[in-house]
Amino acid sequence: MRRISVFAAALMLAPFAAQAGTLRVCSEPNNLPFSNKAGQGFENKIADIVARDMGDRVEYTWALQNDRFIKHTLDAHKCDVMMGVSVGMDSVETTRPYYASTYVFVSRKKDDLAVASLADPRLHKLKIGVHLIGDDSTPPTMALGQEGIVDNVHGYMIYGDFAKANPPARLIEAVEKKDVDIAAVWGPLGGYFAKGSPVALRVTPITGTRRFAPLQFQFAIAMGVRKGDTALRDRLDAVIAREQPAIRNILRSYGVPMVALKGASHG
Amino acid sequence: MKSHYQAWTIVAALVAALGMSKAVADDLQSLTQDDKQWVMPAKNFASTRFSSLNQINAGNAGKLQVAWSFSVGSNHGQEAAPIVVGDTMYIVGAYPNELFALDATTGDLKWKYSPRVDPASQGVACCDVVNRGEAYDNGKIFFNTLDDHTIAVDAKTGKEVWVAKLGEITKGQTMTMAPLVADGKVFVGNSGGEMGIRGWVTALDENTGKIVWRAYSVGPDKDVKIGPRFHAYYKSAQGKDLGVKTWPPGRWQIGGGPVWGWISYDPKTNLIFYGSGNPGPWNSNQRQGDNKWTTTIFARDANTGEAVWGDQLNPHDLYDYDEINENLLIDLPINGKMTHVLVHPGRDGFMFVIDRQTGQIYSADKYDTQTSMKYFDVKTGRPVMNDALKPVLGKNISGICPASPGAKDWQPTAYSPVTKLLYIPHQHLCMDFKTGEVGYIAGTPYVGATEDMYAGPGHYRGEFAAWDLTKRKKVWAIHEKFPVWTGTMVTGGNIAVYGTMDRWFKVVDARNGKLLYQFHAPSGFVGQPITYQGKDGNQYIAMLSGVGGWAGAIANAALDPRVRNGALGYTGAVGDLPAYTSGGSTLLVFALPKQGNANAPH
Repeated sequence: MRRISVFAAALMLAPFAAQAGTLRVCSEPNNLPFSNKAGQGFENKIADIVARDMGDRVEYTWALQNDRFIKHTLDAHKCDVMMGVSVGMDSVETTRPYYASTYVFVSRKKDDLAVASLADPRLHKLKIGVHLIGDDSTPPTMALGQEGIVDNVHGYMIYGDFAKANPPARLIEAVEKKDVDIAAVWGPLGGYFAKGSPVALRVTPITGTRRFAPLQFQFAIAMGVRKGDTALRDRLDAVIAREQPAIRNILRSYGVPMVALKGASHG
Repeated sequence: MKSHYQAWTIVAALVAALGMSKAVADDLQSLTQDDKQWVMPAKNFASTRFSSLNQINAGNAGKLQVAWSFSVGSNHGQEAAPIVVGDTMYIVGAYPNELFALDATTGDLKWKYSPRVDPASQGVACCDVVNRGEAYDNGKIFFNTLDDHTIAVDAKTGKEVWVAKLGEITKGQTMTMAPLVADGKVFVGNSGGEMGIRGWVTALDENTGKIVWRAYSVGPDKDVKIGPRFHAYYKSAQGKDLGVKTWPPGRWQIGGGPVWGWISYDPKTNLIFYGSGNPGPWNSNQRQGDNKWTTTIFARDANTGEAVWGDQLNPHDLYDYDEINENLLIDLPINGKMTHVLVHPGRDGFMFVIDRQTGQIYSADKYDTQTSMKYFDVKTGRPVMNDALKPVLGKNISGICPASPGAKDWQPTAYSPVTKLLYIPHQHLCMDFKTGEVGYIAGTPYVGATEDMYAGPGHYRGEFAAWDLTKRKKVWAIHEKFPVWTGTMVTGGNIAVYGTMDRWFKVVDARNGKLLYQFHAPSGFVGQPITYQGKDGNQYIAMLSGVGGWAGAIANAALDPRVRNGALGYTGAVGDLPAYTSGGSTLLVFALPKQGNANAPH
């Protein structure tokens, strides 16, 4: 049994209007570096900047960010904005992007692997850790499978065990603990946890990706509002334009590897 | 508490030693043969969902009326079957899984039991927070909660007898199935195939809730309980540790194969029969091999859990064709000889007729549009795939039938020994595999593929069909706007009952499909109808209304493309189901108009 990711099912639309003066954010309570209930994630900080700019205060709706997230939060009108979504996502209205990042390899500095390309022959031998999503997959996981790199690939559930802090971080810990030699992971996760790691880690953007199209390894990230809520989207677009420098500062302070926004399809 | 449990263990051991546990099973079996009651969701161990009651029949069903109704109080998908034991009806609602005991004749509430279900479990369940029903034996009601507990409650008082915790929601496991009780044990399984779980079926001692055995769907033979008693009929199922070797190294550890459907039981051989779900959570190019024993029909010794045979129906599943659907244990003429068979209306769209003793597949006929597989080869026990419709990233592929929910999902069929027909409530959906869709989960973006579902050929999304198991063909069919996501039942009065997602409760003539009665309910139906006789001598039919479940999403996703892409825009994409129904939670009980004692059955 599995997801229907094409359309959100909103059987019962509760017609709540956002209170004036409140930025109602749909957020995941346990998922650093993005967000947590204590407000320690960069999306929490960016929400503060946006709210301040708009003269609003932030109010959160917390939910596990799985494939029912949008249905149960945004589409259920419990909140009005997701701080981070991929540009081009069908199920929400996306704002102009405010950063772009890349999938990265994370390895122990001491090992001096310097693997950057998916074509690196050492990938057939190294123990590689990847995130698993469910029926979908992260681009590196699919690309490795396409290359016949399977037996030495180790999977870590992106949902993980939500009783523990920041479930996706288990993959980075696997590198620290030498359970794997190298992890292929989304940049903000790799950059942030490498920065705070007790073991010196190297973060290298993944290259050699072109032949795996339509898989892509760089993504522009925007804010997401309900389909049709163009009024809020337009206001957020203006805020992003004004606050871009402050937002970039925050991302930098969290170790988020950033790439040019050139591929972005909006804004 | 500990000594208490030990005492029970000793008693249980003594009972077993004296050969009395059989007596308990026989007792439940005799209850299943009393058609005044409906003591398990499947009506009987053979899962036929047939009752000989005939006070309500094809001649008078048009006069049915609502006798009473009851709200289970939470507007989620209501998939549970009520059961009736003696004069009492028991019904469990969707999350938060409250259990109610009602006077089956008057509808008076006798007691209510409210488990403390972890609210976080709602965020884990893949497909709405459903529950498919409860079970009875020996004065106790058994049911599962979404947060992985099996609970036994005193049937008379509603007092908790035991609670067994069987899994962790924080790791993606939930429980939604109705337990089966047989041979003094409560059989339950887990849900969560895409969440990195490892599927299992578990037998609990019905008196204590202690685990008697657990058999995994994936992994080494000792975990799958494949040993000397296992005899695979097909070559591809023969060999050691196939639950490990048919996966890349270690992949089986989180390989899925959940057990969230139905379990049948044959008291003569003391075997249980059930199917496992799809493999997960790796993308298919990272899990080469058959991925045994996902999508497999197992026969196991109820007492020990040992596997006796196993048929994997969808090796290396690419389409999410779980095979958790019900298995009906009936006798059919095979090559001129009456044979003990198992009938499995497959999620993959094939009607499997399998030898109960050996696992030999006698026939596998398409009962709905099926394009993803050319045919099912009963000689090899494997489907012959249509390579042109294999999902490949980088390619848009259209016309895959059935779509992921299959030709039929969990919603159980019924078999009438009178008409000798199988009644199949099911969906009629196809899908396009669209690649290059951007997704984003837990902060992590990706490009993947999505499945775009739509009505199959003929522009209808659901069907209620009658299938002749001997002639191996469809006899009649009623097309429905939405997937038919309810179970069904059939009676000696030659009526078959089902419900539609657009709120129609329907009674049809089991012989020809003629509509005899319909009622417009408060909400759409995804439940299971049952029938019984009240203490007033009247026959009743009961079913929960309350739309939801995965079907809610399916109906939305399965929009007519003309609507979806039309001027309605997003409103269209949200689905046409809300134009017909909202959520609900009402149990509806129907009967003929009261005419005093004249109405008592034969």
